[in-house]
Amino acid sequence: MDYTFQFGILMNYLPQFVSGFWLTLLLSFIGIFGGFALGVCCAVTSTLPWKIPRALVRCYVEAMRNTPLLVQVFIIFFGLPNIGVRLSPLTSALIALVLNNGGYIAEIVRSGIQSTHRSQVEAAESLGLTYGQTLRLVVLPPALEKVFTPIVSQSVLLMLSTSLVAAIGVEDLTGAAMIASSETFRTMEIYFVIAIAYVALNFLFRAVLNFAGLLIFTRSRRRLLGRI
Amino acid sequence: MRYFGLPEFLFIIRALIWTITLTIIAFFGGGIVGAALALMRISKSKLMQHVTSAYMQVIQGLPLLVLMFLCYYTPSLFGYQLSAITAAAIALTINTGAFLGAIWESALRAIPRPQWESADALALTPLKTLRYVIAPQAVKLALPSTVGFLVQIIKQTSLASIIGFVEITRAGQLVSNATFEPLKSFLAVAALYFILCFPLTQISLWLEGRIERRGSRA
Repeated sequence: MDYTFQFGILMNYLPQFVSGFWLTLLLSFIGIFGGFALGVCCAVTSTLPWKIPRALVRCYVEAMRNTPLLVQVFIIFFGLPNIGVRLSPLTSALIALVLNNGGYIAEIVRSGIQSTHRSQVEAAESLGLTYGQTLRLVVLPPALEKVFTPIVSQSVLLMLSTSLVAAIGVEDLTGAAMIASSETFRTMEIYFVIAIAYVALNFLFRAVLNFAGLLIFTRSRRRLLGRI
Repeated sequence: MRYFGLPEFLFIIRALIWTITLTIIAFFGGGIVGAALALMRISKSKLMQHVTSAYMQVIQGLPLLVLMFLCYYTPSLFGYQLSAITAAAIALTINTGAFLGAIWESALRAIPRPQWESADALALTPLKTLRYVIAPQAVKLALPSTVGFLVQIIKQTSLASIIGFVEITRAGQLVSNATFEPLKSFLAVAALYFILCFPLTQISLWLEGRIERRGSRA
């Protein structure tokens, strides 16, 4: 192997990498929390008695789960201008990430809601709670707690898949790397560094989200740490 | 000026064979890697457990796109030039291996301890225990998630388009560049993915439901 690794030249691109890193964080945050909000709304809708909204949610969830994120990004960024909707690469990426994550989270949360026993809902009704109150106080908290682990996995996967928005020219971490490697030809060094960055981000996200879970869900905290 | 018509659609459909080829390579390659990983994970050797755990953590924490770039460019350090399909296949195999390894490991671990012990009491060798007692039950448990992950692999092959391999996403891009009708092209691509993935998703759900209905007999 007659290739000398030269990491020095990467220092010139440090500002790009740092701004790419922040952009990756931004994309992940909006993707995770936007997707979570959308997903919970869809999951709740899919347990309502109305047929039409339920069918619409079903179609949306299946469409998101059975097509690749890359194609969704392409449809929003390249396809929508055909019908007169022109979006910047960043906006398209954000919309695609939120919609995509929403589909997955909806399916996860729905399974959590369905595992709540009917008798609990009936008990809440007999106490005179409105539907909204039942949902907020009785159904959702244990449902979300039950599916918190898959939600964390899905959120980390979403963070990793933000890398493919580089394909439409968003300068996130991967985008910055693609530009830097085409300008310096130090491809190996660059991808090596961002690979490490992503692995580190993966551990960071897992740790932060699990910690947040312990803060939010008192029951699993007690099970783990005893009463504090 | 070309329009998005039947020939263009057929062009995308012809690329479907490459999406499927890539999926099959990744699934079987990843299956072999995953099976080896799962077995090493449940072995008693501490070293093997640590090595496999590190491998799985790192690969699962790496975006597939970055892995693909690494697989595409690394061989040129040694003077080899990989074709896009080889690089994509290797990256997908490495990635799939790590995820299937995790799925299968948890299925193997879900088989209760007494099964191992009673097989031991019947003087079965560990290999035979695995072959006749553990694996048949674990396969049943792992099947829904494995089929579910197959859907994931199909969707992930779309990333090969970024390193220039012509599967259906890339074919869609080419058609959209030629016709200036990206909406139709990419919707056609999305529809093809949907037709491939939706039945598998339903099968996975059905398998899952079947296990639940039968109760945890494992």
